[in-house]
Amino acid sequence: MARRLAHEIVEKNRGTRGLALVGIRTGGLLLSNELGRLIAQAEGQAPAMGAVDIALYRDDVADRVRPAIGPTELPFELDGMRIVLVDDVLYTGRTVRAALDALADYGRPRAVQLAVLVDRGLRELPIQADFVGMHVTTDPRERVKCTFSGDGAEAAVKLYGPAEGT
Amino acid sequence: MSTAIPRSFPHRHLLGIEHLEAADITQILDLAETFYALGERPIKKVPTLRGRTVINLFFENSTRTRTSFEIAAKRMSADAVNISSSGSSASKGETLLDTAKNLEAMRPDVVVLRHSFGGAPHLLAKNLDCAIVNAGDGQHEHPTQALLDAATIRRARGRVAGLEVAIVGDIAHSRVARSNLLSLTKLGARVRLCAPWTLLPRGIESIGGELTREHTRVVTRLEEALDGADVVMMLRVQNERMSGEAPRFPNTREFSRTYGLSARTLAWAKPDAIVMHPGPVNRGVELSPEVADGARSVILDQVEWGVAVRMAVLYLLGGGSTAEASA
Repeated sequence: MARRLAHEIVEKNRGTRGLALVGIRTGGLLLSNELGRLIAQAEGQAPAMGAVDIALYRDDVADRVRPAIGPTELPFELDGMRIVLVDDVLYTGRTVRAALDALADYGRPRAVQLAVLVDRGLRELPIQADFVGMHVTTDPRERVKCTFSGDGAEAAVKLYGPAEGT
Repeated sequence: MSTAIPRSFPHRHLLGIEHLEAADITQILDLAETFYALGERPIKKVPTLRGRTVINLFFENSTRTRTSFEIAAKRMSADAVNISSSGSSASKGETLLDTAKNLEAMRPDVVVLRHSFGGAPHLLAKNLDCAIVNAGDGQHEHPTQALLDAATIRRARGRVAGLEVAIVGDIAHSRVARSNLLSLTKLGARVRLCAPWTLLPRGIESIGGELTREHTRVVTRLEEALDGADVVMMLRVQNERMSGEAPRFPNTREFSRTYGLSARTLAWAKPDAIVMHPGPVNRGVELSPEVADGARSVILDQVEWGVAVRMAVLYLLGGGSTAEASA
């Protein structure tokens, strides 16, 4: 699944020049690293890699436990780059909205695309992914969890009913 | 940092280091690291506290602390309103509680208070329905100063636990000394307090109970305080709090010679010891210019960390939904 995503990303962007993968902490980062590795393997050249933490850009600060905040690392000039935002699960779209705001504070990319492992539907904002590993039809009470093997090479997607697995 | 389990901050107000556990302090310091990095980007503002209101209510003079809180609030996209005593109704005889109640009616989310009476922020915390941050109350506490000092030490020396910290100068009038004594010992450092007996309140080493008593040494000779110290924290002689009293020391020159930090006396500390001062510095009194501006001085780092630490505090308290948490 990740291999196909990596292939599609390279195909659409015609190579790795001016291409950067930016993982959304923390789930998206593992997938992003794996995609970067696969692209480097196939193309012989790795895209620029980055990470973004969206905790400070959330629209629901008052309602929840204050999350720990990891560093946002974008060790390249954003202006003129094609950025692929990477996350594990696409759900309401609010995380992606926050990540777009965060990116805008660092520069003005030429284009921003979105790659996700799972699209579980139930969007609350007009956001859609450019690259999707799999579509799953879900109920809001269910939870979707992606787990990655230690090196991120293997991904497993699990769907939990309302009562199970917390 | 990012792998840490999300932890809810168990306090609604920041009234003093006294109420904080070591884990609370570490949580604030960890968050401050994130906000410190934010200060290095071209766009330093994040939308986290958009639409929230922070009132800085300052009944004592302050440049550093008030500006620091204001910048911290603005970088979080909160609206900051500054009120100082000279321009306020306090000069017309209004009581603190009346002023505060009137401000509360304008629905702020956070009130940052500096006042010359110890306990003033606690009074507001009991009577107001918003988060209160103590920005210095009399000779009692100045928690954000102690937090920014801990953050500065942690960055400069890599850790706080196990360090030897000398706090030198006007201990008697210093809320900075009290807050630092509490926070440094909670974080596992050992503290030496050094001043002439006239500026050392009796029992100061016991303000935090067993913990401070066991990790604090009170000395009156500067050489003894500095010997083997990793951190030297100098305090300003607060002449404005001593007016009308019997003098506590013969004259400024003698105080400077006996308790001042200069290249000569700094040599008693460890070769890599850092020099701190909460400001404002009385140049030539407690600190010689060559040391204040020297390579081992981290005084301006303290100011920079001040903004980051205050952003962390506003982030933890500014959401305002932890109504069930206590002070």
